[in-house]
Amino acid sequence: MPKDDLKTAYRLVGTRPNRPDGLDKVTGRARYGADISAPGMLHAAVVRSPHAHARIVRIDASKALALDGVKAVITRADFPTGLTGDDWNLQENTLAGDVALYDGHAVAAVAATSKLLAQDAARLVEVEYEVLPHVIDVDAAMQPDAPIIRAGTADHSVPEGMHPNVVKYIEFGHGDMDAGFAAADLVRAQSYKTEATHQGYIEPHACLGQMGEDGKGEMWVCTQGQWYIRRMCSAVLGTEASQLRVTPSEIGGGFGGKTTIFMEPLALALSRKAGGRPVKLVMSRAEVLRATGPTASASMDVKMGMKADGTITAASVNFRMQGGAFIGSSPVGEALSCALACYTVPAVFHQGYEVLANRPKAAAYRAPGSPMAAFAVESLLDEMCVELGLDALVVRLKNAAREGAKASYGPTYNRIGLVESLEAAMAHANLKVPLGPNQGRGSAAGFWFNHGGETSVSLAIGEDGTVTVSVGTPDVGGSRASLGMMTAETLGIAYESVRVNIVETGALGVNEPTHGSRATFASGLAAVEAAKQAIAQMCARAAAEWGIDAEAVEWLDGAAVPAGPNAGKFPPMSIAEIGAKMGSTGGPISGHHEVTAGGVGASFGAHVVDVEVDPETGRTTVLRYLVVQDAGRAIHPAYVEGQYQGGAVQGIGWALNEEYVYGADGRLQNTVFLDYRIPVASDLPMIDTVIVEVPNPGHPYGVRGVGETGITPPLPALANAIAAATGARLRSLPMSPPKVLAAIKAKAHG
Amino acid sequence: MVEINLWSGLRRFAGDQVVISVKGDTVREILDALVTAHPALTPVIKAGVSVSVNGQIVTNMSAAIDPLDEVYLIQRIKGG
Repeated sequence: MPKDDLKTAYRLVGTRPNRPDGLDKVTGRARYGADISAPGMLHAAVVRSPHAHARIVRIDASKALALDGVKAVITRADFPTGLTGDDWNLQENTLAGDVALYDGHAVAAVAATSKLLAQDAARLVEVEYEVLPHVIDVDAAMQPDAPIIRAGTADHSVPEGMHPNVVKYIEFGHGDMDAGFAAADLVRAQSYKTEATHQGYIEPHACLGQMGEDGKGEMWVCTQGQWYIRRMCSAVLGTEASQLRVTPSEIGGGFGGKTTIFMEPLALALSRKAGGRPVKLVMSRAEVLRATGPTASASMDVKMGMKADGTITAASVNFRMQGGAFIGSSPVGEALSCALACYTVPAVFHQGYEVLANRPKAAAYRAPGSPMAAFAVESLLDEMCVELGLDALVVRLKNAAREGAKASYGPTYNRIGLVESLEAAMAHANLKVPLGPNQGRGSAAGFWFNHGGETSVSLAIGEDGTVTVSVGTPDVGGSRASLGMMTAETLGIAYESVRVNIVETGALGVNEPTHGSRATFASGLAAVEAAKQAIAQMCARAAAEWGIDAEAVEWLDGAAVPAGPNAGKFPPMSIAEIGAKMGSTGGPISGHHEVTAGGVGASFGAHVVDVEVDPETGRTTVLRYLVVQDAGRAIHPAYVEGQYQGGAVQGIGWALNEEYVYGADGRLQNTVFLDYRIPVASDLPMIDTVIVEVPNPGHPYGVRGVGETGITPPLPALANAIAAATGARLRSLPMSPPKVLAAIKAKAHG
Repeated sequence: MVEINLWSGLRRFAGDQVVISVKGDTVREILDALVTAHPALTPVIKAGVSVSVNGQIVTNMSAAIDPLDEVYLIQRIKGG
């Protein structure tokens, strides 16, 4: 349902061709991080802290080094000193210095001639610890008697008198809060909590690193951003970025968790110490869960004022989030900015605290911060609608942010599609399905900013007229197909005539990772511009051959043609003809575009879910689930639908099952997928999707990012549905069967 | 003069002002003018802020600014 003035009829855009990576993936030919090997390769294993917080008194690797086949052991003493800021945080998280800050924190690493030998040697590394008091819960970490994790970490923003674990404070807002709440017919305030969840990518972190004593090295790695790997590894190791070449492998999921480093510098440091032999390092699932970035856990207060007709008059939020033991890791700023972004409210106030805790260093996870914020705000909105006898979707539409409105975080919105998404959700057939006993329907809206970022793309015309596009954004969700389609559309050639390659750091200018839903948007924008450059060159080649001005030639359906009757009569010169003779007409033809992409279009969506709750067990069954989201323009609708479905499924897992379970000793207790319960296919119905298209005027084909908003509404939508089914309101995630059952019983007992 | 809207966490470093008018023709010039007028903002600006101009995040410090542009300093955003 495109709603725009841009061209709506395309030859390829909006169609569903075969995915370019499909055959490789179903036949096992696709090479993931652990599939890369090299002659003379060593294998690495990591020694990890069994304590949540402990001083490292002594490390003795002599027994490990005595094993035949062990080639190197590294500790923090093998790394440069004097790093500051984020670089220090990265180094400290890669390998602990004086103190282990969480269960699973790396303290040493071993390289040996086999994986088993490396694991045996790691067990022989003796580490003496002095166990320190620890704190896991975000609210507990702010209490006056909480153990101090790293004194002096707090930045300028923290008011005096707060606990040293509070390291960042944010506040913003606008409007008269007192007047806003005074104008309301109903004012309610509630508190909500969400537990940390992991991105749950199927492929664990894996890399192969090689580095000589001269600091020159190579890395093959599973990552969302090869330039980030290069920059971060070089900073941690004290080497020059240009001397490290990083090649991304195929990627088995990232969702934000592979936008940073966790263990990659260890492979390089081990290689350097082992005489430059390549070192492979592959994490186990337990290592992934213990020592790579989950999202933050959150404790949140929300207060809202609403008139009897559903008009929201004022809202305030107070969020506390921990992102592990490192400042800057929690998404509290993003959470605050997303909290009320769906609505136009005359008076809003946001407060947020980032808090240190003895947990792994959090990483980005799909719309970082927005799902937690939505859980709190959209749950309270639903509660108030129930109390006032209003339809929550109607209330959302009544207050919905629109083009020209001031966003809750400040600026004025450009063209956005929340209203269209809500209207499409309200019109969907799922809402007309009657519900039975113990069944309930819930809804919620969601938002994500989207991002442009540093982008460099190169395009080359082949001798046969086919086209190679080199991009720097790893394909996590179908970007190769969408980039190939936009390139082919622009050039007027077949989709199958374009190959899109994800290239290494030596092949292009700096690219940011695939994050912020930017790959199809930003690399697509750059690919289109690169194609236009190549078109201009091909028109010039044809003009030279025809003996007319280049301005008298235009590009049509994959060929250069005279621009009009006055340009002369020449048959179209196809891209294949131009490519075949480009060596004798001026040399290779290519196009490049480098940009920090602007023109980003914000993303909004609305979800509706029906559940049935077993009153005997508290188990929630998702009966049907609807995702409606504005894509701007869906280049390859099947991939867009996949993003919507994937986001919803991860949100359902976050809402119903997933959580980090810590023991009293601060050790993570559920370190495998049997115990850390992500949804599987048999848990879910087919997720229904509706693609709304309100094209983004900042992109040549109207693209908005689609990767992140989909995870935002499921948390509150499920809470609202469970409340509708049972009458019991859950304000703490996950809504696992025991918690739902307890809430039902508490409700029954008044 | 260009009006820069501060999020309220910044205001205590700028004499509790909500909007500050500065001279400048580019993003760099208005940020320089802002920290010159209010040096206490320097660590915040150095730590990284996002500059929104007419609803778009602008990262090119040489981008031109018109006196009628809507300029907000907002939290730096990272994505997944």
